[in-house]
Amino acid sequence: MEDRYSRNVSSITEEENRRLKSFKVCVIGCGGLGGYIIEMLGRIGIGTITAVDYDRFEETNLNRQILSDTTNLGQSKSLAALERMKKVNPEITLNNVDLRFDSTSGEEIIRGSDVVVDALDNPQGKRLAGDLCAKLNIPLVHGAIAGWYGQVTTVYPGDKAMDVICKEGTSCGIEKELGNPPFTPAFLAAIQTAEVIKILLKKGGTLRNKILYADLLNMEFDIVELKK
Amino acid sequence: MVIDLKVEVRLFATFREGREKKYFLDMPEGSRVIDLLDMLKIPAEEVSILLLNGRDGDAMRILDESDVVAVFPPVGGG
Repeated sequence: MEDRYSRNVSSITEEENRRLKSFKVCVIGCGGLGGYIIEMLGRIGIGTITAVDYDRFEETNLNRQILSDTTNLGQSKSLAALERMKKVNPEITLNNVDLRFDSTSGEEIIRGSDVVVDALDNPQGKRLAGDLCAKLNIPLVHGAIAGWYGQVTTVYPGDKAMDVICKEGTSCGIEKELGNPPFTPAFLAAIQTAEVIKILLKKGGTLRNKILYADLLNMEFDIVELKK
Repeated sequence: MVIDLKVEVRLFATFREGREKKYFLDMPEGSRVIDLLDMLKIPAEEVSILLLNGRDGDAMRILDESDVVAVFPPVGGG
């Protein structure tokens, strides 16, 4: 085994680490959550990452979006993911998709993925990701943040979680008032990434049919069951 | 005679501001979920996720004894 992966063991075995190379994970959104998720998926050794974002970095992203820095303001977020992975782990493949994830582009973007990660910043996109993953039979790891708060759940095809979480008609969340400090996306991204790895390797317990609700202001973590 | 029902309400995120995290309330029989929200001064339109006993709930549903209601504001950032 290569030294770069030696500290993954024995949280995952050498054989499991080798298997990670054969998987394809699509991360929709390369902002607060997505940047950290791509970083971790690349470092652990996921073979192919699709990084999706049509947006460009701006100064307001610098407080929390790990892929942004003072040299790439105005540049493509998905391209920044590619540039970053060339430096961090050139052994993996990163496909950067500089497109808006919508009903026109969405299906082709996620097709063939083993897991999709919802790192989007709008309810419409999140709902679409849920619908398309159900249609294409792909597990989805949902994450969302606002201020000191965040939520994660893992959704398998046929589960109803996204219908409960992202209801039709919801246009925006409390993040518009609460902002997005740097620690909340980093924390929730780590949870989402751990979920992805467990789904791929079929190990441990996941947040399927449960929502983890994190309150970092009061350091309270609730796992609320979503009955089938 | 009005019979009181014992119900549990769990609040999350900003709904906890100026309120408790959890309430055990006695509600008159025939009360609806929305009556609970009114009592706690939570506008129904600000609720994104409403779980009734762990399932997607409806604010107009009539409460039963020992119901557990969980309400979350919309969290949509990424």
